[in-house]
Amino acid sequence: MWGRTVAERRTKTIKTDTLARVEGEGAMRVRIEAGRVTEVALKIYEPPRFFEAFLRGRDFAEAVDITSRICGICPVAYQMSAVTAMESLCGVEVGGQLRALRRLLYCGEWIESHALHVFMLHAPDFLGFESAVAMARVHPTVVTDALALKKAGNEVMRVVGGREVHPINLRVGGFHRAPRKSELGTLVAGLERAREIALDAVRLTASFDFPDYDQEIELVALAQPGEYPIDRGRIVSTTGLDIAPSEYESHFVEQHVAWSHALHSQRAGGGAYLVGPLARFATSFGSLTPLAREAALEVGLRAPERNPFRSIVVRSVELVHAVDEALALIEAYEEPDASAIEVVPRAGVGHGATEAPRGLLYHRYEIDDDGTILDANIVPPTSQNQIAIEADLRAVVERSLELPDAELSRRCEQTIRNYDPCISCATHFLRLEIERC
Amino acid sequence: MLRLIGVGNRWRGDDAAGLVVAARIRAQLPGAVDVVEHEGEPIDLIEVCAGAQTTWLVDAVCSGAQPGVLHRLDASDRPLPAELFRLSTHRLGLHDALELARALGRLPPRVVVYGIEGSRFEAGCPLSPPVAAAAERLADALIEEVTACASLR
Repeated sequence: MWGRTVAERRTKTIKTDTLARVEGEGAMRVRIEAGRVTEVALKIYEPPRFFEAFLRGRDFAEAVDITSRICGICPVAYQMSAVTAMESLCGVEVGGQLRALRRLLYCGEWIESHALHVFMLHAPDFLGFESAVAMARVHPTVVTDALALKKAGNEVMRVVGGREVHPINLRVGGFHRAPRKSELGTLVAGLERAREIALDAVRLTASFDFPDYDQEIELVALAQPGEYPIDRGRIVSTTGLDIAPSEYESHFVEQHVAWSHALHSQRAGGGAYLVGPLARFATSFGSLTPLAREAALEVGLRAPERNPFRSIVVRSVELVHAVDEALALIEAYEEPDASAIEVVPRAGVGHGATEAPRGLLYHRYEIDDDGTILDANIVPPTSQNQIAIEADLRAVVERSLELPDAELSRRCEQTIRNYDPCISCATHFLRLEIERC
Repeated sequence: MLRLIGVGNRWRGDDAAGLVVAARIRAQLPGAVDVVEHEGEPIDLIEVCAGAQTTWLVDAVCSGAQPGVLHRLDASDRPLPAELFRLSTHRLGLHDALELARALGRLPPRVVVYGIEGSRFEAGCPLSPPVAAAAERLADALIEEVTACASLR
């Protein structure tokens, strides 16, 4: 439980040069004056990557492979938002088994990414270990299971996506090659074992001690009747937002801040919001597979869950969902007649929104009649969560001022990891610095 | 089984050094050693190392030494110096992967790690001249080392 705020009148600086166990590179600075938190800044120092500029002048069919390179952890999310945007622009909707294959590929990425974050990056915080390596010496089975779970996700990526990292098989209109039913069959045994491990992960993570902290913030995710949000849907929120992806930029704005290379997103008119597992769980709980829903209910999770520290349990529930859905998609798979449908470019603006493991990922492209990209805008989930992460850090530090500096630093890092921030993606970023004056 | 694994990102300047060395060894010693060019997450190396008796790993490092300096480390019985392999943007780097494998009893019996000191890691850059030369030197040395090891088996 968090301690009460203690007004302090001492001068002190705490610095941690590199925030471990988050994806990418960045830093955090907290300034405490006379027992009050006066500054919280999440700084992103990986150089801006100018991907949006690289895309201008390229063919509309190339965006899928260029944007895949933005992130080694969630390349499918980038690919899927890109192809969805291009297809909607050209008046094409990919359905049937091709869409099922896309959801399967995306499930593979969720499994891989969530397994890495839940077990290797976040669980050590709760179990009191410095690292996954220290945890592995005491809990080898947990780590072995995590690796098996991650491997099941990797295999889906390899078989459906062509390779585990930066898959190459997705294209506008579908896939370059549709896998054979027998190839998907090779995934079943690994996924069945992964489903058991994911169910155990829900029980394990639910047994952790959670700080008593609720966050009143608008939760934003895609939603689609009858489906847990992954590859498409309208953008909805816990405060009643319900818009098409094409309306995104009228409701959300990005701002530069002096201390970070990443843009900060907020609601038009002001206000932080949150994307990711907590948001999806809040708005689409009823669309989880029955097994995932039961696993959540069994450990006492209810939607909406507003304690960001419990995001590790929600991620585990999403692991159950992703594995369960992957198995169902494989069982129902029938080889399609063609691996892709034709997409003819036309001048216009297209919008694509899909659910990366970390949350909503929005792409917008403008192309001309030849299919040449004239403009691109990419808003990754970590940019959207940055204001919420800073607000959380402020609240957490204010409640924990009595903690020794090393302990306070660890709690700040744990807080940041609640969001599984993908700092590399957010750079258009972590060192930890706490200064007490 | 002998396995040689080049680790890196071919689009990030000197980070491609391990991949360049691996590609040359594959071309020059076909069949003598199982060569893997690993561009994925370091943690997946636990899986990639599985089943090998001897594994050579080649990666770019950043320790502050002169670009092109070669480091040879035997990780069979002791951890790598963590500060040498902190370049990964994913925070579970080569060092963590090998220590996880050791903690789980899944480390191959013999693990030799070569680090090539890099200097330039910007996206889209080629290998810097001192690192390109070092990669050639290391490939020559590894061809001898792997051949000697294979002849003993």
